[in-house]
Amino acid sequence: MIRRSGVHGGLQLEAHNERSTARPLRRANPPAQLVLPVDQHAGAPARPIVREGERVLHGQPIAEPTGQVSAWLHAPASGRIIAIEPRPAPHRLGAPTLSIVIENDQRDDRAEPSPSIAFEQRSPAELLEQIARGGVVGLGGAAFPLAAKLDSVRAARPLTLLLNGAECEPYITCDEMLMRERAEEIVLGARILLHASAASACAIALEAGSTLADAALRTAIANAHDERLRLVTVPNIYPAGGERQLIAAVFGLEVPYDGLPADIGLLCHNVGTAAAVAQWIRDGQPLTSRIVTVTGDCVREPGNLDVRLGASIRQLIEQCGGYTDRASRLIMGGSLMGLALPDDDLPVIKATNCIIAASHADLQPRDRELPCIRCGACSEACPAMLLPQQLHWFSRLADLQALEAHGLMDCIECGCCDYVCPSQIPLVERFRETKPLLARRRAERADARAARERFEARAARLERIAVEQRAALAHKRRVRRED
Amino acid sequence: MMLLLAIAIVAALAATAGAAAALAARAPRLDERLIEQVNALLPQTQCGRCTFVGCRPYAAAIVRAHADINQCPPGGDQTAASLAAFMGRKAKPVDAGFGLMPPAPMVAWIDEVACIGCTKCIQACPVDAIVGASRYTHTVIAAHCTGCELCIPPCPVDCIEMRPARPIAKSQPSNAEQAQTQAAGDRNRGRVCELSA
Repeated sequence: MIRRSGVHGGLQLEAHNERSTARPLRRANPPAQLVLPVDQHAGAPARPIVREGERVLHGQPIAEPTGQVSAWLHAPASGRIIAIEPRPAPHRLGAPTLSIVIENDQRDDRAEPSPSIAFEQRSPAELLEQIARGGVVGLGGAAFPLAAKLDSVRAARPLTLLLNGAECEPYITCDEMLMRERAEEIVLGARILLHASAASACAIALEAGSTLADAALRTAIANAHDERLRLVTVPNIYPAGGERQLIAAVFGLEVPYDGLPADIGLLCHNVGTAAAVAQWIRDGQPLTSRIVTVTGDCVREPGNLDVRLGASIRQLIEQCGGYTDRASRLIMGGSLMGLALPDDDLPVIKATNCIIAASHADLQPRDRELPCIRCGACSEACPAMLLPQQLHWFSRLADLQALEAHGLMDCIECGCCDYVCPSQIPLVERFRETKPLLARRRAERADARAARERFEARAARLERIAVEQRAALAHKRRVRRED
Repeated sequence: MMLLLAIAIVAALAATAGAAAALAARAPRLDERLIEQVNALLPQTQCGRCTFVGCRPYAAAIVRAHADINQCPPGGDQTAASLAAFMGRKAKPVDAGFGLMPPAPMVAWIDEVACIGCTKCIQACPVDAIVGASRYTHTVIAAHCTGCELCIPPCPVDCIEMRPARPIAKSQPSNAEQAQTQAAGDRNRGRVCELSA
């Protein structure tokens, strides 16, 4: 295991947090119509198990997972299924993807919750199965199905749990608000995850300066009387909330470049994921809502809303006082890694952590790109300890071999190199364009390896059959001669 | 004195011969390693277009200077270039005489209605990508097919054709990846200024 001290590089940025944390967490009004894409998690899309015209209850499963890495989807309100058809989706940048559309009858009739048994009395295996049915995915942004992640670390021992409460990017405050207002749920979720994954200890990490969240979590941990839990403060450096960076900051350990945190005995979850698990196991409330930060210079009343999945982004903005007249761009996610949305008529999905309605004050137009002067500022800023200036040259040359050798696939696309580049080179944009080429090359090589193995296995089999046939023939001749 | 000299000469000769024999014994192993390395550069289509029965035999022929580096159409000019660089030979494009490749990856497809279950294609497939049994319909496992086309000539009822490979089966970037790539340009045209406040 490689030890390292803290986060390499990174940036100290103005967080713009006060805008959206000034108002307490609010519950958004239930929308009249909910649009739920069936592929809003990482992995295989879910398969709808309801039909058009059917009435569904709040919390009723409406799509089932297909394959190992997939997740359940539940109705976030009671009502009628009015369509199962392709609709524009935010994670597809407005391209249509198969979605289940529910017309909300505003009665909020709930599905019968399954009898709640104390989680400590169940075996980890039972608990894992129960967690899988709650449709919980990683709420930090990647939306990786939680059950699949827990399943993949079954063999890893000893295991320590790490709950990530460090915001990934400036502007996003949904985790901060969750820690302030629902600290007990996070702590309960941590204890459930500890039990389900048979981990021995749990560290909850949050950024320096989150005093209110810190106090709330401290109280909740004290009330839980669980000495396996502890609170860790990490420096307020972007991107300390990145999984690998957080592990370096908290434990001083380096995750192998071709491995996972589980390889060094760690399991990392977002605090929001822990709270969602707690709601599901304690109350039988599946993941049908999430906290979304609505912020930016173009929203009249920025804040955090508890939103039903499937509600449209336009309604969220309306409930935050609507747009000001300075609006210029809508971004889903943070200010450095978020995606620009084509319009606001898109649904909130499990991965929507933040909506930024940005104005020209938020956006800095990029100046004309100048040649690289080899100053090396990018490699000093790179939290993945790569050499962006070298990657830049190799991607211009389309030298895939050199790009692979220099670790392009380990780029976390945080944008630190872009940000510090005095020549205004859009480095991350280049890397994002080149990554699929490299991924394809890797896949091709894997295909070739598999083809070669089958070819060699076939050759060996044909050889064996020939030898056996010769032996059988010789045996027959011998027997005949003896007769 | 002469006797001693004679003994010394004979001993020296014996030692030289022994060393030569030892080197000769090692040479094939050195060859094997080289062949493995060349084989790793080939696309493993096992199509035989190079006139050898599979990629490894072609690699062996290259190493033993029985074949040139420009005989692999599936590998294309890129493979020819890396073979030339590895072998220290002159780089040249693939010789079109060894066959042309379709612009996009293709895989074999069996018309299961016409198939009579003769197993001839199964025997021809170099990578065991066709399943079926005598007098039962055969089918191609698309994900395993390398597109070598060796199954087409033996078919007595001409029920095999080449079809474009599905992206997932042949490791093309997915739609999502393409969308992301397209988005990256748009996304980064303006970036958020953290120092504006």
